[in-house]
Amino acid sequence: MATPVLDKVEKDSAASPYITVTMRIRRFNPEISDAAVWEDFRIEIDPKERVLDALHKIKWDVDGTLTFRRSCAHGICGSDAMRINGKNRLACKTLIKDINPEKPITVEAIKGLTVLKDLVVDMEPFFQAYRDVMPFLVTKGNEPTRERLQSAEDRERFDDTTKCILCAACTSSCPVFWNDGQYFGPAAIVNAHRFIFDSRDEAGEQRLEILNDKDGVWRCRTTFNCTDACPRGIEVTKAIQEVKRALITRRF
Amino acid sequence: MSTDTTSAIGPVEGGGYDVDNPAPYIEAPRKRTGRTPRATRGNFEMAAWLFMRLSGVVLVVLVLGHLLIQLFLDGGVSKIGFAFVAGRWASPFWQVWDLLMLWLAMLHGANGLRTVINDYAERANTRLWLKGLLYTATVFTILLGTLVIFTFDPNIR
Repeated sequence: MATPVLDKVEKDSAASPYITVTMRIRRFNPEISDAAVWEDFRIEIDPKERVLDALHKIKWDVDGTLTFRRSCAHGICGSDAMRINGKNRLACKTLIKDINPEKPITVEAIKGLTVLKDLVVDMEPFFQAYRDVMPFLVTKGNEPTRERLQSAEDRERFDDTTKCILCAACTSSCPVFWNDGQYFGPAAIVNAHRFIFDSRDEAGEQRLEILNDKDGVWRCRTTFNCTDACPRGIEVTKAIQEVKRALITRRF
Repeated sequence: MSTDTTSAIGPVEGGGYDVDNPAPYIEAPRKRTGRTPRATRGNFEMAAWLFMRLSGVVLVVLVLGHLLIQLFLDGGVSKIGFAFVAGRWASPFWQVWDLLMLWLAMLHGANGLRTVINDYAERANTRLWLKGLLYTATVFTILLGTLVIFTFDPNIR
């Protein structure tokens, strides 16, 4: 009869959810060696936990020298973007069971930025590009005594790009950025887009001029790496194309 | 399923440096230094980007038409000879067609290679030499082709 019966194996695994996972982590410590090496850690972990939990387990129980950034641990602060199994993701939003735990899980620092130690990179070039696009509201005239009102449609225009958490997953997945790091990068363009298409902002033209740079939007090759990498699901490549279109249509 | 993925991970780079032979100091990208130009803005990159789109559209018509006439219609490729070319270039229409195709294709290709060099050449010197070679070849081909189209003489001996 087709009566569903829990077989023994399933019962056993229900008793102990833990599996053994190999975490293959790219270690770099400039005080010990100038070369980066892969180091394997075998840990017991519930596959429903996240890569960040695995890193915590290693740091707290196995090797305290493992260095990585994390702050809120819930996908909001954008501190723990790293290259997991060759793709840029947030360690705190990636479940172990989703990335094939039968094989070693490779974790390394995001590419294109200087590695300081283990998984920590120098974010300064990234934030320099961010500051260059003036990511703040610019207006003329008198300050209103109340909120600057905006219609729902006007708000909707740039809604997608307000979601950016500046984790650098997009910029460090961009092959153009990998070359010389001079390209503004998707994140800076997304944050410029957020103000260029804001009806309350009055420096759109200035920002467009900044992105008309030789390392600006025109270096985008629409490889869509940024859209694939974005942990917030922002349509990054689309935003870049909208800036390009604005550059052309607002002038001619 | 094998658990061995070491072959998928390349050899570790670096090494060869010590106290007496330190690694070269690399300035962080986008850092403001004395050599940073004040502004690298201008409409050239926009013009180049637009040109690629527009010339691409025109080239689809020009090149497909060219291939159709040269390789398929009227007996195909076997008909091509000096007389065939001479006959076509007797008409200003085909002269303009070929001239346009030459200029657009060469500039389109050269600009494409320019962006490839920009994206892949890592050292400034490599970039300079590759671009020099590219521009020389482009200018030479365009000038030679233009000269031939305008000074073509069907009665050449």
